[in-house]
Amino acid sequence: MSRVRVLVGTRKGAFILTSDGKRQKWDISGPHFAGWEMYHLKGSAIDPNRIFASQCSGWFGQIIQRSDDGGKTWIQPGTPPGEEKGPGGMPKGESNKFVYDVSADSGKPLTTHMWYDGTQHPWEFKRVWHLEPSPTDAETVYAGVEDAGLFRSTDGGQNWQELSGLRGHESGAGWQPGAGGMCLHTVILDPGDPLRIYIAISAAGAFRTDDGGKTWRPINKGLYSQYIPNPTAEVGHCVHHVAMNPSRPGVLFMQKHWDVMRSDNSGDSWTEVSGNLPTDFGFVIDVHAHEPETIYVVPIKSDGEHFPLDGKLRVYRSKTGGNEWEELAKGLPERDCYVNVLRDAMSVDSLDKCGVYFGTTGGQLYASADAGDNWAPIAKHLPAVLSVEVQTLV
Amino acid sequence: MIRVVLPGHLRTLAHVSSEVQLEIVGPVTQRSVLDALEAQYPMLKGTIRDHVTQERRPFLRFFACEEDYSLEPPDTPLPDAVASGKEPLLIIGAIAGG
Repeated sequence: MSRVRVLVGTRKGAFILTSDGKRQKWDISGPHFAGWEMYHLKGSAIDPNRIFASQCSGWFGQIIQRSDDGGKTWIQPGTPPGEEKGPGGMPKGESNKFVYDVSADSGKPLTTHMWYDGTQHPWEFKRVWHLEPSPTDAETVYAGVEDAGLFRSTDGGQNWQELSGLRGHESGAGWQPGAGGMCLHTVILDPGDPLRIYIAISAAGAFRTDDGGKTWRPINKGLYSQYIPNPTAEVGHCVHHVAMNPSRPGVLFMQKHWDVMRSDNSGDSWTEVSGNLPTDFGFVIDVHAHEPETIYVVPIKSDGEHFPLDGKLRVYRSKTGGNEWEELAKGLPERDCYVNVLRDAMSVDSLDKCGVYFGTTGGQLYASADAGDNWAPIAKHLPAVLSVEVQTLV
Repeated sequence: MIRVVLPGHLRTLAHVSSEVQLEIVGPVTQRSVLDALEAQYPMLKGTIRDHVTQERRPFLRFFACEEDYSLEPPDTPLPDAVASGKEPLLIIGAIAGG
């Protein structure tokens, strides 16, 4: 029988929830890495017991952890199993080494970007926001980082190399951080084309490579952001998240700072599909596992008030790929709810019916086992949730 | 034998439960202590000082004998009491949360 594993990153550790295919009873393990900020955990599609995790701290920086047994035990990649308890073991300790590539060989030695006040500011590594395992190779994983850059490891997370062509794009010196920092938060690997990768940066916008990361181009045509000097600029848009159904890799859905958008041509152009949403500000967006025109968002009141409208937590679902939205409220708080749902904190399973999951900054993890019709909290009192990923295990 | 006391989270990361002890040949300085610490516990690389610049991470401080050595140049000798092992070098995270 199928099982589901939910990987939850929070401000104070990671939690792993498991259930059978009914998704009614849940076991919770954790906190893993108690006290650390766990920005993101994600499992490999081809080796589901291999999970990568971004562990970080304002004090101690970035750590990468990996589990090869479904989250029961963890190592820092490069540490041979059984040798992690120094001083006898001598792990290489390199798995947290994210060094921007400024070598002449890699093109432009870009070292600064635009700061909030318009001056140039050094590019400084802060943390890994998103880990995206390769769908074809268990040893390969991508990391989207702050300050915005894309790194790749081909040895299971032990050593990381920057795909510097992205930061070397001619617009790079003009990229500016959003309120949450200049983070590369979305990494989508095209399942049909191993050379095509989509990424998104707050607040530079979305980019695509068609040559495996050597060269990149902005894909922001059609975005309109009235809060930037040129609302239709090629870069500078605060894209909050992008989602894709793997069965239709050319169709992308985006939750922008304001506006929900879709693209039917791999990001070459976008059209707004906010339709009848009560507010089109928000962070998360995701796509139904089996119905590629069914999408989910969580409307948030505004950029200044990061909580649901009227204190009512609501998911909105469109079965028409946008424009026509229905409110999903059964089982969600009806009043006095002032949490946020952060950009990587929604995910879906691939069971039938599709399960949908999201976590809040109030530490609640909500799940629906029927594509959003009914919701229930499967954890109520976690630390603030930063990310949610789901694995469907057969 | 040099003694170093780590913050709790780094003790967890290094799989140690109390202070660590290091052998150092030559002058006992911030740099030589951290070099020896990272050699013995490589999982701590990048957590106390930056991988590339080797600068102290901003929210960490170094204390010994009730004195703050955080802003001293990294090659300044640490007190004799640290070099002799009588007193530990304390690596302390800035207090957060009030």
